[in-house]
Amino acid sequence: MTLRRKLEEKFFRVLTALVALLVVFVLAHILYTIISKGASSLSWEILSQEPKGGFYMGGGGGIVNAIAGSFYLAIGASILAFIVSLPVALFINIYLIRYRRLLIGVRFFLDVLWGIPSIVYGAFAFTIMIFFGLRNSLGAGIVTVGALIAPIMIRAMDEVLKTIPIGLQEASYSLGSTKTETAYKIFFKQALPGFATAVLLAFGRGIGDAASVLFTAGYTDHVPRNLSDPTATLPLSIFFQLGSPIEEVQNRAYAAAIVLTFIVLCISITARVLYRKK
Amino acid sequence: MSIKTTIPVISKEAAHFQVVPGEVPVLNIRNLNVRSKNAQILKNINLVVPKNKITVLLGPSGCGKTTLLKCMNRLTDLYSELKLDGSIEIDGEDILSGKYDITQIRQKMGLVMQRPFPLPMSIYDNIAYGLKIKGIRKKSIISEKVEKHLREVALWDEVKDRLKTSAQRLSIGQQQRLCLARGLAVEPEIILADEPTSALDPISSRVIEEEFLKLKADYTIILVTHILRQAKRLADFVVFMYYGEIVEYGPASEIFENPKTDILKEYLRVGH
Amino acid sequence: MTKRILIDNISSKWMLVCLSFFLLLPLAIGTGLVLKSEDLLTGHTLSSLIFSADWSPSEDKFGFWPFILSSLWVTIIALIISMPLCLLAAIYLSQFAPKWLLEFMRPVIDILAGIPSVVYGVWGVLVIVPLVGDTIAPFFNNESLGYSILAGALVLAVMSIPYILNMLLEVFRQVPVELGEASLSLGATKWETIKHVFIRKGATGILSAYGLGFSKALGETIAVMMVIGNVVQEPASVFDAGYPLPALIANNYGEMMSIPSYDSALMFGSLLLFVIILAINILFRYLIYKSEEK
Repeated sequence: MTLRRKLEEKFFRVLTALVALLVVFVLAHILYTIISKGASSLSWEILSQEPKGGFYMGGGGGIVNAIAGSFYLAIGASILAFIVSLPVALFINIYLIRYRRLLIGVRFFLDVLWGIPSIVYGAFAFTIMIFFGLRNSLGAGIVTVGALIAPIMIRAMDEVLKTIPIGLQEASYSLGSTKTETAYKIFFKQALPGFATAVLLAFGRGIGDAASVLFTAGYTDHVPRNLSDPTATLPLSIFFQLGSPIEEVQNRAYAAAIVLTFIVLCISITARVLYRKK
Repeated sequence: MSIKTTIPVISKEAAHFQVVPGEVPVLNIRNLNVRSKNAQILKNINLVVPKNKITVLLGPSGCGKTTLLKCMNRLTDLYSELKLDGSIEIDGEDILSGKYDITQIRQKMGLVMQRPFPLPMSIYDNIAYGLKIKGIRKKSIISEKVEKHLREVALWDEVKDRLKTSAQRLSIGQQQRLCLARGLAVEPEIILADEPTSALDPISSRVIEEEFLKLKADYTIILVTHILRQAKRLADFVVFMYYGEIVEYGPASEIFENPKTDILKEYLRVGH
Repeated sequence: MTKRILIDNISSKWMLVCLSFFLLLPLAIGTGLVLKSEDLLTGHTLSSLIFSADWSPSEDKFGFWPFILSSLWVTIIALIISMPLCLLAAIYLSQFAPKWLLEFMRPVIDILAGIPSVVYGVWGVLVIVPLVGDTIAPFFNNESLGYSILAGALVLAVMSIPYILNMLLEVFRQVPVELGEASLSLGATKWETIKHVFIRKGATGILSAYGLGFSKALGETIAVMMVIGNVVQEPASVFDAGYPLPALIANNYGEMMSIPSYDSALMFGSLLLFVIILAINILFRYLIYKSEEK
């Protein structure tokens, strides 16, 4: 081997390793920055109280409005998305399985749907709301985020269902089951852990999204009591507080960022642990 | 029936001296053991491969033939879970010792795999690739060698008008011959062929087999197969392997007509 | 028995309804946005909307050029930064690194891809904005507040890394091992094999990963909006503030009902974004399907 080839090999081995290290470092640095900045402001008060008077000028209170709002919103959206995603995923794998081209077409389409940015979902939902004269509300937010995360959920469920052998389906039919019974009794049971992962992934995506709720869910200092109340969300709470020139308010934004990051990390790690155990 | 008892009682030392008189050895494997995490894949392999002959590694699937072949040009490096010890000498150099440049050692051996894997480039570049890696830069030399080696595998007339088109558009039989030519272009001493006809139709298989019979005038060929009839058609020497061990080794006529062990007798009788 | 059949019937109809809903959703989004943009399109020509830089909604002047330009600048620079980093990191992890490291990093990258964009935005405000304002801009003899195209691009680059890296790892995973063995057995080094064989074999996949990364970055809203300054101008350098399309939409939805045609203009902005991103997605998803079919 000539020296040049040897050097080239060495050079790229080292270069790629360094770049990989850099990438890991930068991503770790994000977590480090958020935690080190926000940890000092994190307190029980922040986690448990609604904003008090003058909150955005540095007054007392906490962000429970945003934490609770985000959970309501993401849970509602996940449930809604699940209700429409499950039939679609089952339909694809039971009814369309014999039509290869159609199957590919539908999967392709869902992947494309996944790529539409959340700001467009938000803007579109907003026009619908104006058309029907609806106000910003938890309910509107749930529907918008639900539509945003459903394609993710469908594709994740689809990936799980894909792995179930077609023989199982045929065995079920040969015992006299209808397609529906096969779908819900056989497929559902087989794929349950995978489904839990799919739902959690979509939930994680939903709770972190800001652009779609900006238009639809509104913002308020109170924990919403019903679907027609507007609701605060963590991403927007972070965003608004960070926009303040007052340091205490900014610090609370960092604390809120820790809360959000923590929730999302917990969810995605749980999702992966579940899937691995299967 | 325990397998152990069927192994001929040759001392491990003696196994190494099983050189057939009158043959020139090119590859000398001594006490080769290959272990993965929880299994021993090759057990104490001793083998001397004679020059300009076709040596067939025969045995049921999973017996370690392919692993043995991959040891010979150290493609086993790619599988970090495999641990090798022993020695494999070619031209007096022990390629397992780590002293030698593995890329040069690999150029002494051309590999033909179970399925053809043409490189994602034109027919011409597939052959030129190895030459350029060898450091040959001159266009005229490269063109000349491309033609020579494509002729060597009887592919030239079929592709000479479309050398610049993608190799992936060739038929699978043509692809396999291209892969053979690609291996020959780096001018190896040995051709390692791992069930080279298993993905091919009978006619393409025949073409490859005929190539091998011609090529042994210039090269040493080590062929892995589990097709008994192919082994009978091609082999000068046969190595019969079973569960990671060499059970019998000898000239083809002797192995096929006068098998010593029960296990080989059984294998030849069932015929797969 | 009849009850079972009835349930089967209803359920399969419901399945079909749900599927149709998703199949029609993009169509509905497109139609809705077009209808809402109509007000604007009747008073202005398409080319004046896209290529004019004159933006003053109260005077009924809607030139989107500053926003389009900002979006393109920030996305393209982000991709220029992240493309080589992702490729090299993917090569290291999939080719050179020990197996356990790849197995460990795969879920980690996946998890990082799920971190909300607002968190990246916070990091951008804390780290990238001062870095650009205090270090990078002075180094190039420029004055900058830090809230700039470059800051947006850097944050976007970092955000897109897990997303693109994930796809690239998948591309390299799909290259058959035997192809590498074939190249190595001809005497190529590992790097030569990667350079001449793997990258070429995965070219379509790599291109698609970049394309999808681009479209994802183009639609990214909140993180970029937090660090880019949001000033309506045609940015002259990377140290100037910019105002990308998603930020325009997000920032003004509140007051858009108060000025005539303003809501229509914002919906036109959404439509632009939607059409561009949809087109890019269709193109590159198609390429991926094509290359997987082979």
